Amino acid sequence: MVKYVLLALSLTLTACQHKPETSLYQRLGGESGVEHIVDGILYGIEHDQSIVHHFADTDIPRFRRLLIEQFCELSGGPCKYSGVSMQESHTGFQITQAHFDAIVNHLITAMQQQKVSVEAQNELLAILAPMYKDVVYR
Amino acid sequence: MKKVLAALGFLLVSPYLMAGSKVIATGGATTIEGNSGGGIVPWATINGYSSSDEWSVNSFAGRVGVDDFTLDSLGVGASFNNQWELSFARQKFALDTIGGELRQDVLGVKYKVAGELLYTALPQISIGAQFKKNRDFALPSAVGAGDDSGYEIYVAATKVFFDAIAGRNLLLNATIRSTDAHQTGLLGFGGEGVSRKLMFESSAVLLLNYNLALGTEFKQKPNQLGFADEQHWRDLFAAWFINKNASLVLGYVDLGDIAGLSDQTGFYLSLEGTW
Repeated sequence: MVKYVLLALSLTLTACQHKPETSLYQRLGGESGVEHIVDGILYGIEHDQSIVHHFADTDIPRFRRLLIEQFCELSGGPCKYSGVSMQESHTGFQITQAHFDAIVNHLITAMQQQKVSVEAQNELLAILAPMYKDVVYR
Repeated sequence: MKKVLAALGFLLVSPYLMAGSKVIATGGATTIEGNSGGGIVPWATINGYSSSDEWSVNSFAGRVGVDDFTLDSLGVGASFNNQWELSFARQKFALDTIGGELRQDVLGVKYKVAGELLYTALPQISIGAQFKKNRDFALPSAVGAGDDSGYEIYVAATKVFFDAIAGRNLLLNATIRSTDAHQTGLLGFGGEGVSRKLMFESSAVLLLNYNLALGTEFKQKPNQLGFADEQHWRDLFAAWFINKNASLVLGYVDLGDIAGLSDQTGFYLSLEGTW
């Protein structure tokens, strides 16, 4: 009896250890998932007095499209980011660490609202966090 | 003490009072010496949630209860720009079986030199100094300590690795401390044949999600006071970052032998409020 329980347990554990075969893009919820995450970020920005001024002259529909493209491509989805480099798009805007932190908080809130798994959230954060050097104090 | 606890209790029910921009849990917890870190090891993190051009203040109350001793710590801190940290802690070390108590004040300052905890390949690196002053020196003096005050300098490197273990983020920290303190200064400083030593301390913390973390720490101790052996400290802890205003840490500590009494193990509890 104990032997069967152990066998069943080890099979279950082995099954759990398998890295998900699906791409991060799929685990973020695919096309609609990424769109909802980006919309969540835009909602956060719109209601955040500390950063909303940076977007006063931004073409929001275009910004939304580019952000969706970028998240899609970075997470292994079927898209190609058509915008300029992160460094190019942020130079001269005097973006501080507090502004960057604010965007990260809005991203996290958006992912939480979309019920993205902790693993997938961390995987996306791992991809986006190093952009700090191209965005802040340029 | 009651007022502090009441204030901390109030924080549990008040969401986001003046919290800074930093991501939750990135200010670390507060150590028994009042600086940002785990429970016994200071990290390179800056306390509170102040990001660039922001400031924040914090307060904490902690208790370590082992077989024959109880350490109560109470303190306040302030930080600015996610770069400067100032802290003050008042410690009371009760000698439960021996009788009496040893009190000590710890004034700390920390400055972030390089790196960003979350955002750069380089770990966040900070340097810190602590000025410690005994408020009871009869016993430390009687057992051979030369000074009732001392200072410590430390360098800490801390980094969060995203998606490190089972999809969870992992914080690693290493700290090197220069000290001539006995039992962190509770038994005084210096004395005959005592020299300044470099000690190594480390922490590993697995962040289960944004609010919960499990960690372990090691703190090397110098053992320079002849009358009784001093041993390295270890702990295991669970931290709950309830929101940006309140956090709670519960742990198990192993402080080894203290003042001739062996195998001092027990619990650690700390409650922190951040504004």
